Amino acid sequence: MNRIDLTRFPTINLLLRSRWPQFLIRAITLAGFVFTILAGLFGPVVGSHNFAIIFVWIAWWSALKLFFIPFGGRSWCSICPIPMPGEWMQQRGVFSPTGKGFGLGKRWPKKLRGNWLQAGGFLLIGLFGAVTLTSAKVTAIILFSIIALAFILSLIFERRSFCNYLCPIGGFTGLYAQASPVEVRVKEKQICAEHSEKTCYTACPWGQYPLALKSSADCGLCMECLRVCPSDNIMVNLRPWGSDLGQKAKHNLGDVFLGLVMLASVLVDSAVFLGTWGQLKSAAYEVGSLPWLIFAGVFLIISLGVLPGLYSAAIWGAVRVGSAKTTFRKTLSKYGQVLVPLGLMSWIAFTVSFAFVKFSYVLPVISDPFGWGWNLIGMSGTASIGQSTSWSGWIQILLLVIGLFWSSKVTQQISESKKQALPIVAFSGLFTVSMLWLLIG
Amino acid sequence: MKKEVFARILIVLFIGMVILIFVLGWQKNRNQQTNTIQIHARMPENGGWSITSIAAETNQPINLRLTSDDVVHGFAVGKSDQPTVELIPGEFVETTLLFDEPGTYTYYCTRWCGPNHWRMRGTIEVQGEMAAATNPPPLYLQLGIDIDAPHEAKVTPREPVSPQKGASFAEDLPAYVFEQETYLANSPASVWSRLRAEPDLSALNDGDIWNVVGWIWRENTSPTAIKSGESLYAENCAACHGETGEGDGVMVRDLPIPEAEAHDMYDSHSESSTAGLTRPHDLTDPDHLLGASPALLAGKIIRGGMGTGMPYWGPIFTSQQIDALVSYLHTFVW
Ligand code: SF4
Ligand code: SF4
Repeated sequence: MNRIDLTRFPTINLLLRSRWPQFLIRAITLAGFVFTILAGLFGPVVGSHNFAIIFVWIAWWSALKLFFIPFGGRSWCSICPIPMPGEWMQQRGVFSPTGKGFGLGKRWPKKLRGNWLQAGGFLLIGLFGAVTLTSAKVTAIILFSIIALAFILSLIFERRSFCNYLCPIGGFTGLYAQASPVEVRVKEKQICAEHSEKTCYTACPWGQYPLALKSSADCGLCMECLRVCPSDNIMVNLRPWGSDLGQKAKHNLGDVFLGLVMLASVLVDSAVFLGTWGQLKSAAYEVGSLPWLIFAGVFLIISLGVLPGLYSAAIWGAVRVGSAKTTFRKTLSKYGQVLVPLGLMSWIAFTVSFAFVKFSYVLPVISDPFGWGWNLIGMSGTASIGQSTSWSGWIQILLLVIGLFWSSKVTQQISESKKQALPIVAFSGLFTVSMLWLLIG
Repeated sequence: MKKEVFARILIVLFIGMVILIFVLGWQKNRNQQTNTIQIHARMPENGGWSITSIAAETNQPINLRLTSDDVVHGFAVGKSDQPTVELIPGEFVETTLLFDEPGTYTYYCTRWCGPNHWRMRGTIEVQGEMAAATNPPPLYLQLGIDIDAPHEAKVTPREPVSPQKGASFAEDLPAYVFEQETYLANSPASVWSRLRAEPDLSALNDGDIWNVVGWIWRENTSPTAIKSGESLYAENCAACHGETGEGDGVMVRDLPIPEAEAHDMYDSHSESSTAGLTRPHDLTDPDHLLGASPALLAGKIIRGGMGTGMPYWGPIFTSQQIDALVSYLHTFVW
C-alpha cells in the first residue's frame, strides 16, 4: 500500500488534531461569507467589479476545481462555513461539542437519500448559471438561502444531512474526491472491531463509520474521528490519485446520475461561456424568455436524455460482450466510476481556460469590494483582462487527454476483457472530443 | 469550556468586524453623498441617467460622482467648456461643475451607447443673481423658415466649384453679396439664381457664377471654423450621417433609405424606438444641400426631428459650434 500517513509527522499531527487551526480558518471563511453576501447585496451592479461575483465565481470556484479537489478531495468541506451555524446548535458548541444540542435530530428520509437531490441542485445552478454569474444580488441571495437552508435543516435532521444529501457543491466535491489523493482510514481493523463504543461514529458529523470507509466520497475530512479515537487508530493518508476507483469500488445508480449531470454541465457551461455563439449566450441570460426555455430544454435533454442515453448504449454494448452473469442495471452503476476522472479533468480544463484570463479581476475587487471608490491595497481600477496564453490551450488538451486515458484505464480495470471495455472507452472518447471541440475549437 | 467561550467571542468578533467595516464604509459613502450628487449612467433602454435634473446656483461648485452600470458612456455639458468625462462600467469618477451664468444647461452622453443614445440627457437649472441671458431666437424662427418643407435646389453646378476663381469677380458683385444676412438666409442655389438674374453679371457663364457662390460661402467662414465643424461632425453626427455624409453611419445601417423628399415629420410617431425611422438624407447630394440655406441647416440641427430620429442639438451646441457645423456641411458639395 503506497500510502503516507500524515499523522506520523508530529507537526502535521498537531495541526490536524488541535481544533484551533481548523476553527480559525472556518471562522474566517464564515466572516468572509457574510462579507460576500453584504458586498453582493450592496456592491456595484457591474459584475466584474463586484466582490461577490468575482470571489464566488472566479476565485473560489476556480480554487475549488484547481486546488481543493485535485489535491485535497473534500478539503473544502473541512473549512466550509455553511454548516457552521447549524452545527453550533446541534453540538451546543462552535468549537467542540458540549453536551446535548438543540434540534430534532431526525433521520433523513430514506427516499431522499443518495445523490439525486444534489445532482438536481447542480442542474438548477446550470440552468440559472448565467444569471447568478452576472448578478451580484442573485449570487448574494443564493448564498444566503444556502446557509439559511443548511441551518434550518440541521435543526430538523441529524448531523450534516444538508451536506450529505442536498448541497450541490458537496455532490460535486464528493464525486471527485474519489479520485483525490487524501483519505481518512483506520489503522488497525482489529482495534476497531474490539472497540464497542465506536466513538468515531458517534462523533462523525457526516454519519460515517471510519472502519467502513471504502471511498472518500462521503467523508468531509473534518478530523473529528481522529480527535476522539481513544486508541489513536485513525490515520490521514496521502495516496495515489484515483485510489477509490477500481474493481472494489462500491457503486450505486445515484453516483452514475451525478457523474452524468456533471459531464452535461461542463459541456453546456463550456458552450455558453467559452463558445462564440452570441445567441446561445443571450438565451442563457434571459431567464424566463422563450429562448431561455429552449436553452433550458436543450440543457435538460442533454443531461437527462442524450448523455444518459449514450452511456446506457455503451453499457448495453458492454453487457452484450461480457459473460452473462451481471445484469444491465448492475453494470450501469459499476461503470459509473469511469465518469469520475473523465469529468474531473474536463472541469479542470474548463477552469484553466478562463481562470487565468479572469484572475486579474480579483485584486481590484479586494481593493474596492463595495464599489465605493476605496483603495484598500492600492489595486483599484487595475482590472485588465489577462492574456490567454498559447500554452493554456496546450494545457487544456493535455488535461483532457489525461482524463480520457485515466478513465480508459479505470474502464479496463473493471472490465472482463478489452472487448468489453471498448464501448465505454468509445463513450469517453466521444465526450473528450466534444470537450476538445468546445474548448479549443 | 473556556475555549468554547473564547471561540464564540472570536466568531462574534470576526463577523462584527465585517459588519463594522460595512457600516462605517456605508456611512462614509453617505456623508460623501450629501454634498456630492451620484449619477449612474445606463443605456436609455435601461433607464438612462439615474438623475435627470439638478438644481444649482451660479458660482457654487456642483460635485458629481459618476459611474456607469452597463457600457462605456461619456458625460458632457452642452454649451459649456467642461471637459467630457469618460464613464467606465463599475468605476467611479468625480468631477466638479461650476457655472457663472444662470440658465438651463443640458448634460448628455457623448458615447454611442445604443440606438437611443442621444436620449440620454438631463438638465442643470442654474439660478443666480443675474437674469438668465435671453438669447435671440434662432434665425430660422426669425425668418419663418419651414425647416420641414422640401428644399430641393433648382439648379446645381455641372463642374466642380472653385471659390478661387470666384474671388476674381469680387469687384463686379452687387453689394448685397457682402452682407452676412444674404449668406445666412439663402441657399447657394437661390443666391446663384439671383446673381444669374443680375444684368451686370450677364457676361459670366453659369460655372463662374457657381464659383462666385462658392467664394461667398468660403468668405463667410474660416478654416478654423471648418476644422472645428469637422471634429464636431465626427464626434456627434458621423455615427448616423456617415463619415462622408452619405447617410450611412453605423447606427442607421439597418434603416430604410428615405424617399426622395419625404420630409414628413408626422411619419414618425414612435418616440422610443427606431420604428418608422429612415436613414438621414445624403448630405453629399448637391440637389439637397445646395437648396438649403445656412439658417435652415442650423434650424435642423437645433430642432432635430424630421422623422429621422435626429436629436435636437439646440441645448448642446453653442451658436458658434452650429455655425461651424453648417459651414463644414457645405464643404461636402463644394
Ligand atoms: S457539503 Fe456543502 S455545505 Fe457541506 S461542507 Fe461541503 S460544501 Fe459545505
Ligand atoms: S470519517 Fe472522520 S474525518 Fe471523515 S467525516 Fe467522519 S469524522 Fe470527519
